[in-house]
Amino acid sequence: MGVTSWTEPKAAAAARSASAPADVEFRSVTKRFGPVVAVDDISFEIPRGSFHSFLGPSGCGKTTSLRLIAGFEQPDAGEVAIGGRSMVGVPAYRRPVNMVFQHYALFPHMNVADNVGYGLRQARPKLDRAEIDKRVAETLELVRLPKMGARRTWELSGGQQQRVALARALVNRPTVLLLDEPLAALDRKLRRDMQIELQNLQRDVGITFILVTHDQEEALSMSDTIAIMRDGRIVQFGTPQLLYDAPVNRYVADFVGESNFLAGKVTATHTNGASITLSNGLALKARWSAAGEHLSVGEDGVIAVRPEVIGLWPVGRASADLDLRRQGQVRNRIYLGDHTEFSVHVPELGELMVRLPKSDPLAMSLQPGDMAEIGWRADQALALRAT
Amino acid sequence: MLRAYSALVYLFLYGPIALIVLFSFNSGLSAADFQGFSLRWYARVAGNSLMLDALRTSLTVAFSSAALATIMGTMAALALQRVKGPVRVIFDGLTYIAIMVPGIVIGIATLIALVTTFDAANAVLAEIWPTDTPPQLHMGYGSIIAAHTLFSMALVVVIVRARIAGMDRSLIEASMDLYADPWATFRQVTLPQLAPAILAGFLLCFTFSFDDFVIAFFVAGPLNTLPIYVFSSIRRGVTPEINAIGTAIMMFSLVMLFGAQLLLRRKSVQGKT
Repeated sequence: MGVTSWTEPKAAAAARSASAPADVEFRSVTKRFGPVVAVDDISFEIPRGSFHSFLGPSGCGKTTSLRLIAGFEQPDAGEVAIGGRSMVGVPAYRRPVNMVFQHYALFPHMNVADNVGYGLRQARPKLDRAEIDKRVAETLELVRLPKMGARRTWELSGGQQQRVALARALVNRPTVLLLDEPLAALDRKLRRDMQIELQNLQRDVGITFILVTHDQEEALSMSDTIAIMRDGRIVQFGTPQLLYDAPVNRYVADFVGESNFLAGKVTATHTNGASITLSNGLALKARWSAAGEHLSVGEDGVIAVRPEVIGLWPVGRASADLDLRRQGQVRNRIYLGDHTEFSVHVPELGELMVRLPKSDPLAMSLQPGDMAEIGWRADQALALRAT
Repeated sequence: MLRAYSALVYLFLYGPIALIVLFSFNSGLSAADFQGFSLRWYARVAGNSLMLDALRTSLTVAFSSAALATIMGTMAALALQRVKGPVRVIFDGLTYIAIMVPGIVIGIATLIALVTTFDAANAVLAEIWPTDTPPQLHMGYGSIIAAHTLFSMALVVVIVRARIAGMDRSLIEASMDLYADPWATFRQVTLPQLAPAILAGFLLCFTFSFDDFVIAFFVAGPLNTLPIYVFSSIRRGVTPEINAIGTAIMMFSLVMLFGAQLLLRRKSVQGKT
């Protein structure tokens, strides 16, 4: 795999954002809560019509970012723009955005139709009762809840409440739809269905969706762009593919997908990568991440190897073109349907996670306790900043 | 042992009340000897114009003070949610004190305060009034409604505030997000959410004011509320007529309290959705 192929996603993202105007823009936005800086001087643009996610652990500032867009919080510094218009001093009820709340926040004293029509009823001059009814019915159809208008909200299942919340936001045809961990309360199967449905819906209605989540799988599967956040800052902004293939540092590599990390000090660098020497003296080569910083000699670094790029063979059978070959003992085996995960203990490297596809005959035959050989090519491992 | 003890407690507590209810249906005049079932005392009460006047006064006072206390108490509870720190602590303290201070203290204190103020104000009015017949401030509806409002407002504050605390804040945000300005949000979301608590507060205030004797006794001036009327009639001896009035008041209060309780309970079930 050549280095050029790694830069492609970035170019694609750049091309997209150049062709579409920004729908949401942060210009050096800072938000503090007392001594805590929730959002720390961040700037970014989300192109019109895209599905964007803020991804990070709790307390990273992702929800605050969403609330800054919604207008529930005002920035202490900087400016938020929606659809090219500055939102400074614009209260939540005058912003062309709608939100799906984490626990839906449906009005318990109203039935489904009244919940969905709430936004339309606030319009001045008043909309026709018939017009409101029509749009409510259409939107309920869109979220696949036809003829449910007369139901009370608490009679509905979690997934149905979720759809009502979605309809209540979409019926207003906002510029931007905000989703605050909307799937967190649903069970796994339903969540999967809703993810697909949300994606389809976004394509159909064509408005910008902004999702806040701590679930990397969710963000990866649905988004056009993702902002990985930590301590109020955006660590990396890019397409899911870019984040997965070219993380800027260990934090991103750890958050997006899974990786084996081998920490050490940079002992040599060259144009394409670096050598990192582990504490036991073993020097490993790896290439730079396409989006990452180049480290200098003497700095702390990590080698990141995805579990699927590590090869696993019976002892003595590993292919010859590897940059690293080691023997290890299989400690654990987890069958995951389409693939199998092995935890392999290698004396100099520690515990490594290796993933074999179902098609690999070894996936079924290798048992805990067996000896095996692992290895990878240096151009499949990344040399990353250790933070 | 414990069971017998509690049985005795309940007997002492409710025995006399049960007797009053029983003897209100007595066909005879005696308060000790049940001679047969009859509704004659209820009929007699219904025709007693003094009693009916007192009842009218009580209902007017109860309705006015409950309405005022509900409106002001709700406003106070809404305002207090934004108040933090020592000011909040002081307000909370004063609210609870208003509930705990004995009625007799409120009665005397209000009486002294009003009499002092009225005397001073009447003197001033007499000075500045252009004609020879200046208006006189005196005890009456105003004073008794004010005293009852003062006390019951604290009840409303406590009840409504509990409901506000239990309310999902994201409902307000959802409403704002759906283009409703703060006033529209209050009207369409906050108020309907608080309605059961507000109504329950109203019923409690009404019951409290309707039943109150102690405070009314001090500040009612020339007015007779129903409890004051009962008290003054009792000095002429307990008649089955008094029993009938007592039973009626008790039934009325129980219904109100039960209604308030029902409202407060329903809100908590709905709040969970």
